[in-house]
Amino acid sequence: MKLGELVEELKLDVRTAGAEMDRTVEGGYVSDLLSDVIANAKEGDVWLTLQLHQNIVAVAFLNNLAGIVIVGGREPDPDTLKKAEEQGVPIMVSSWPAYELAGRLYEKGVRRRE
Amino acid sequence: MVPLKKQKRGQGVNLKTYRIDLHIHTVLSPCTEIADMTPRAIVKVALERGLDMIAVCDHNSARNTAATRRAAAGSGLVVLAGMEIASSEEVHFVGLFPSDEEAATAQEEVYAHLFGENDEDVFGCQAVVNEDDEVEDLDQRLLISATTLSAERVVRLIHDRNGLAVASHVDRQSYGIFSQLGFIPDGLKLDALEISSRTDSDTTLKKYRQCTGYPLITSSDAHYLEDIGKAFTIARMVQPSFEELRKALAGVEGRAISELGRMARRE
Repeated sequence: MKLGELVEELKLDVRTAGAEMDRTVEGGYVSDLLSDVIANAKEGDVWLTLQLHQNIVAVAFLNNLAGIVIVGGREPDPDTLKKAEEQGVPIMVSSWPAYELAGRLYEKGVRRRE
Repeated sequence: MVPLKKQKRGQGVNLKTYRIDLHIHTVLSPCTEIADMTPRAIVKVALERGLDMIAVCDHNSARNTAATRRAAAGSGLVVLAGMEIASSEEVHFVGLFPSDEEAATAQEEVYAHLFGENDEDVFGCQAVVNEDDEVEDLDQRLLISATTLSAERVVRLIHDRNGLAVASHVDRQSYGIFSQLGFIPDGLKLDALEISSRTDSDTTLKKYRQCTGYPLITSSDAHYLEDIGKAFTIARMVQPSFEELRKALAGVEGRAISELGRMARRE
């Protein structure tokens, strides 16, 4: 599924201008420990987190993730969005908590083959 | 004749107040401005800002502490060896050490529990420098990441080397003990809590009631030269030194943390 389709289906708010929306989302990852994401998130994953600070952008860039969804209706710091736009990392916001959002993503077929 | 009261508090020693900033990063931290936070530059600005003692605390490394102290030789500025260690829960702790040797052995243990390789394009470069601001090495470890050591183990490894363990910027929403753990776990033997320049002690004590049991200090956490000393602690000591700081944090023999100060950013 393309990132743009996910945004439509799950009513995510895109917070970064010029984000690449036709990228294919390969899978998902949920974690709030940046060191864990660096070690375990896979290229093309969409990452669900409640962290808001700008280091999340560097982590997404490093692992070449499809994008970051901030959960629970939290708002990313302005610095984070600025950096994300510079580095071309899409950031979206959802009012769903991580569990609910992950479940919906999985239902929509965002999953890696067993 | 020293009045009796004074003798009791300071036992007749000559106590003065000193300005200290115990959390300053160098070019070894990937998140600092390239070629900005070098030993000579840090010492120069620290002196301009009226600081008596600083601690060099890079992320998960202590490779620039000795060079910064050598750069300060003869200037009157005291430089302590420190390191900002990230626990497995991503809580930051400042470890302050009595000597470079003890900081180096602490670093060995940190390095043994730190994985990944730095990507300079993403995180920035990690320069090990000498006292003349010349680059001697680039550290290849992923210093920005977290160790696999729990908060308890981080505090223990600091104490095992006779160091002082301070929880970094406890008021902040990223990498602070309250943001990451929610509270200070029982039995975590912290020597002090550090608050950032964004808050003050009254606000902190109201928001996090657990703070009342610990000495509070404030530091700049400077990643840029203009931030050095923007938050500083005033300590009553005989002289600016590691052992005197230990006494001031413990509040013994008349030594004390007397004030948390703020300065505007240096333009």
